[in-house]
Amino acid sequence: MDKNHQMWSDLGMDLETHDLLCEALPGAYGDVFLSQKNRPECMDYFEMVAADIHGIRPAELIEEQKKGRKVIGTFCVFVPDEVILAADGIVTGLCGGSQFWVPEGEKVLPANTCPLIKASVGARLGRTCPYFRIADMFVGETTCDGKKKAYEILGEDVKMHIMHVPNGQRPQDLAAWTDEIKIFIKEIEEFTGNKVTIEGLNRSIHIVNEKRRALARLYEARKNACVPISGTDALLIMQIAFFDDPERLTAQVNRLCDELEQRIKDGNSVVDKKAPRILITGTPLAVPNWKMHNIVESSGAIVVCEENCTGTRYFAHDVREENATIEEAAEALTDRYMGNIHCACFSPNEARLDDVVRLAKEYKVDGVINLNLKFCNLYATENYFVERRLKEEGIPCLSLETDYTDSDAEQLRTRVGAFLEILGDA
Amino acid sequence: MKFIGIDIGSTAAKVCIREENENNRFFYLPSGWSSRETAEAAADRLRTMDIEVEDRESCRIAATGYGRRSVEYAEDVVTEITCHGRGGAFLAGGDCTVIDVGGQDTKIIAVSKGLVVDFLMNDKCAAGTGKFVELMANRLELDIPTLFDQARRGTAIPISALCTVFAESEVISLIGQNRDRKDIAAGVVDSVAVKVAGLAGKRQVTDRVILTGGLSLSPYFAEVLGEKLKQEVMVSPDSLYAGALGAALTAEKKAKK
Repeated sequence: MDKNHQMWSDLGMDLETHDLLCEALPGAYGDVFLSQKNRPECMDYFEMVAADIHGIRPAELIEEQKKGRKVIGTFCVFVPDEVILAADGIVTGLCGGSQFWVPEGEKVLPANTCPLIKASVGARLGRTCPYFRIADMFVGETTCDGKKKAYEILGEDVKMHIMHVPNGQRPQDLAAWTDEIKIFIKEIEEFTGNKVTIEGLNRSIHIVNEKRRALARLYEARKNACVPISGTDALLIMQIAFFDDPERLTAQVNRLCDELEQRIKDGNSVVDKKAPRILITGTPLAVPNWKMHNIVESSGAIVVCEENCTGTRYFAHDVREENATIEEAAEALTDRYMGNIHCACFSPNEARLDDVVRLAKEYKVDGVINLNLKFCNLYATENYFVERRLKEEGIPCLSLETDYTDSDAEQLRTRVGAFLEILGDA
Repeated sequence: MKFIGIDIGSTAAKVCIREENENNRFFYLPSGWSSRETAEAAADRLRTMDIEVEDRESCRIAATGYGRRSVEYAEDVVTEITCHGRGGAFLAGGDCTVIDVGGQDTKIIAVSKGLVVDFLMNDKCAAGTGKFVELMANRLELDIPTLFDQARRGTAIPISALCTVFAESEVISLIGQNRDRKDIAAGVVDSVAVKVAGLAGKRQVTDRVILTGGLSLSPYFAEVLGEKLKQEVMVSPDSLYAGALGAALTAEKKAKK
């Protein structure tokens, strides 16, 4: 019996179903990660966390709850962790990246909802994710129609706070977001019973900035011609970053980066110099969704950057530190979150196209894979502009749409293979 | 030196043999349930033509198609997208858009300066592929050539469903309504052509378009597709073998590198 069974049972989880996941994950993990060669040694920490992702961190969260701290689950990179941390709360990511949770979600959601939403709702309602059991409260946001309505369904089961995301990035939209942040601060203060002071908020801004800088340093290393880490490993780190304690994560990522920078000096690359460099853009890759990275990298290419919510959008740009008032800090948070994250929920969203092109150049990629989760209407429609812009820039682009099932893996492999053949011919 | 392309598709395995100063030779075998056995059957057939597949001195073999990795004796393994592009352009006599309607998928491939530069494939669903025609032919109790023949003489009844399963239900309803079989057949062909043309419409189609894959056996389908695309769609007698030919051309190119 798994050593975590007692904890999961105390959390009211569906142990029988969850055991199926526990049985399947190590194999899937091994196939994707352990088959890689010449991995950085400092992946050991992330390996350990991933191997027991439903054990170690949940146990820590429960310990903190016993001390009176609140755990708050979030779904989206627009929600500022800083506010929660400033009220001595803990932020956790939530499960939503596997087909395992989809059928349960489909019991209440239309089948043509994106798999990320179906899996998130299914993980909560099916009681098969400890984070969804542990969190005292959830913060949703109105980024798309599917999520908006799904949160109403989740809200019948758990305490939810919804942040209303504007549909654009005009000055009045930014002002509206500042108001949303102030409402959020009040809500969190009430819920945790702790006042958000400007000192506390400045401190948490600094903590999260340090985390963003560490992740930016990781991505900086991936720009090098000598690629010191696979995209698959980098993706795992990003996914863990949503769950882990921010200060510990920062230290571990920096420790890894020391090694990566040494590897660059030594010319110790994880792939052949000729391997095509790929940028993946599009919808988020929630844990344990490693499908596309695995297909691309086992086809002989290397993913060097992700322009998505589990990639650059999560860490790019700092928040201004040392603010004098809560008002000023709320504006600083707005400038970073609402001003700099270019989500397809905005109209227009040309800044994302600029980002994709800029990143493609900075990371010296040979091609872009424009990846869309099935039924994500926003990103699927924005593909029109992504493809056109990349064509204008002369950057090869392959658009792919997929979900969490493995049934299309071979078809995807053929498309990726053909794309790499095109890049090799050019 | 012989350059041989083997295309293991979902319905049939196609083989092309290229040799200097000789016409390209082709043959095909139905695909069995095992790609490996199909590959072996192709090797046996080649042996009857005095081609020893293991002999790398006298031949170079490239495999393609969804069963490409099962061709253990192939030196090169190339995706069917690259192969159909190269083979189609060779048959078309230059740069073109290759439209391959195969047993399980449909591909739109742009070839420029002899190289595949872009491609698009249908999603998981079988609507707009040869599989749909096959299923509907079974429903209508016709073989595929007869289905096209009937379709030519009928007036298309629109079949609007985007998914094969639902389209089949639509056809069943039409059968239930005692509609004329040739009109239903025409509707089936029309619906596939509309879907293929819709997919092609997502890209700029070049002046020269060639149809390859199983449906290229029907000149009538090329005609209907041409109407939808508002331009002529070429078919070559060897269109069925475009993938195998592209694989043989790839083997040749790699040998000369």
